[in-house]
Amino acid sequence: MAEILKINDISVSYGSIRALSNVSMSVDEGAVVSLIGANGAGKSTLLKAIVGLEPLKNGSISFDGEVIAQTKHHGSLSTDLIARRGIALVPEGRHVFADMTVEENLDMGAFMVRDQELINKRKEEMYEFFPILGARKKQKTRSLSGGEQQMMAIARALMSSPRLLLLDEPGLGLAPLVVQDIFNKIRIINQENKVTVFLVEQNARLALRSSSYGYVLENGKIVLEDKGEALLMNERVQKAYLGA
Amino acid sequence: MGTLTLYMQYIVNGLTLGAIYSLIALGYTMVYGILKFINFAHGDILMVGAFIGLIIYNALTGGEAADPSAWTLIAFFISMLISMASCAVLGMVIERIAYKPLRNANRLAPLLSAIGVSFILSNGAAWIFGTQSRRFPYPFENTPIHIGGISITPHQIVMVVVSVAMMLLLTFFVNKTRMGKAMRACSLDQSTSMLMGINVNRVISLTFAIGSALAAVGGMLAAFDFRVYPSMGTMTGLKAFVAAVIGGIGNIQGAMIGGILLGILEAVGAPLLHIPNGMRDTVAFAVLIIVLLVKPDGILGKNEREKV
Repeated sequence: MAEILKINDISVSYGSIRALSNVSMSVDEGAVVSLIGANGAGKSTLLKAIVGLEPLKNGSISFDGEVIAQTKHHGSLSTDLIARRGIALVPEGRHVFADMTVEENLDMGAFMVRDQELINKRKEEMYEFFPILGARKKQKTRSLSGGEQQMMAIARALMSSPRLLLLDEPGLGLAPLVVQDIFNKIRIINQENKVTVFLVEQNARLALRSSSYGYVLENGKIVLEDKGEALLMNERVQKAYLGA
Repeated sequence: MGTLTLYMQYIVNGLTLGAIYSLIALGYTMVYGILKFINFAHGDILMVGAFIGLIIYNALTGGEAADPSAWTLIAFFISMLISMASCAVLGMVIERIAYKPLRNANRLAPLLSAIGVSFILSNGAAWIFGTQSRRFPYPFENTPIHIGGISITPHQIVMVVVSVAMMLLLTFFVNKTRMGKAMRACSLDQSTSMLMGINVNRVISLTFAIGSALAAVGGMLAAFDFRVYPSMGTMTGLKAFVAAVIGGIGNIQGAMIGGILLGILEAVGAPLLHIPNGMRDTVAFAVLIIVLLVKPDGILGKNEREKV
């Protein structure tokens, strides 16, 4: 399969603190790839670097064969231009536009789509896919529960029909049944809508079960990588992340 | 005239004055909503708007000599459109040169830059046009109409009608159009807006353009009463800023309500409290202090926390 995302030896620092050191990884087109790791391992930083929200100290990131982010003096694309290439991020903590209605949030997700008929069609698809959003389309997003907001954020990201969907801790702070539901949806998005998914999760079991390939990040470094089911059986992963 | 009628008259006067405050307050509040920054040069934009409007109007009609006719009214609106467009460009240029390079600097830096721009605009106008004030001739017969003892001038009607029309247009824009919604999204969460493919720099430019165009309208409508001179924007701009704070800075409806409210409080409060004419401006600032003490976020300011 063709490589859609290639991360080549990147480092990111916050002042003197190194958040990512020489991380390399790749995501194949059509795959679900997960990145697991403890709190503070640098998982969110990696996703932010991909969408151009964190500058790189060294290395580069390519999407579909073209460099989208590299060191400052080489010049990177701004976040809005990276989004236009077809990468959508569902950020940690959802970041819904709380004062806007569900429908307006979806409109913002479709900001790059200029065809109003297509936007309406996609909105209907989202209301069908996430019925709770259809029932609440005129409500302020602020009034939604955590799980509903997460679905809202995923639906918003899908409105631009991205080629690569990045998910930052989609299960964080949600009830197990809701998390299960969200992961089922992610599988459908990948298999039926043919969207490549790269997700970051603390819930390693669930993440690895839904992934074809996985990476383990510790203290800003990739320490392990393998097929999803192989990582589930890996002794080190079991000890550190699966509580076995 | 009975006391009640007298106060009704004050309220009408306050309402028309307040409509102008609202128009100008919108510029402060929209910029604050996105950049969390008070554009202290905004008041001077209204002065530039009034000057441009006056020059175009005089060029089209011959100025004072022209008797009010249908043509002078049309000329007035033509000069208003040109003034709006010029101020929109001016607002974008100022943002680009004086504020954008300072966006990641200390919060005080853009504020000081804004004060600098304010001086450049007012002193520049004094240099070009001189410091004497000029009359803006009425483009229509300004004979008052009497309704139940209250007198209303056509000028007041034009002020209210134009202001309300502008506010309705703005409300439609931010709620129904793609760029308007993007503007609201940017004021709620800039990095998430970028993730949606929104070019935040363009949205900021647009915000300055719209705010400055509204200030131009406010400046021209105010010009009949206040005359046109280089420092005309200072006090009106400051009061419009007070109106924006009263309504809840960053909130568009708040600015509209705050402006009208301040206009009425000023017009009614001064005679009610026997404040001499030269001290009238104290009312606005007394109201500001009270609001800041009682409800620091303003009437429509939000105090709610985001759900995490």
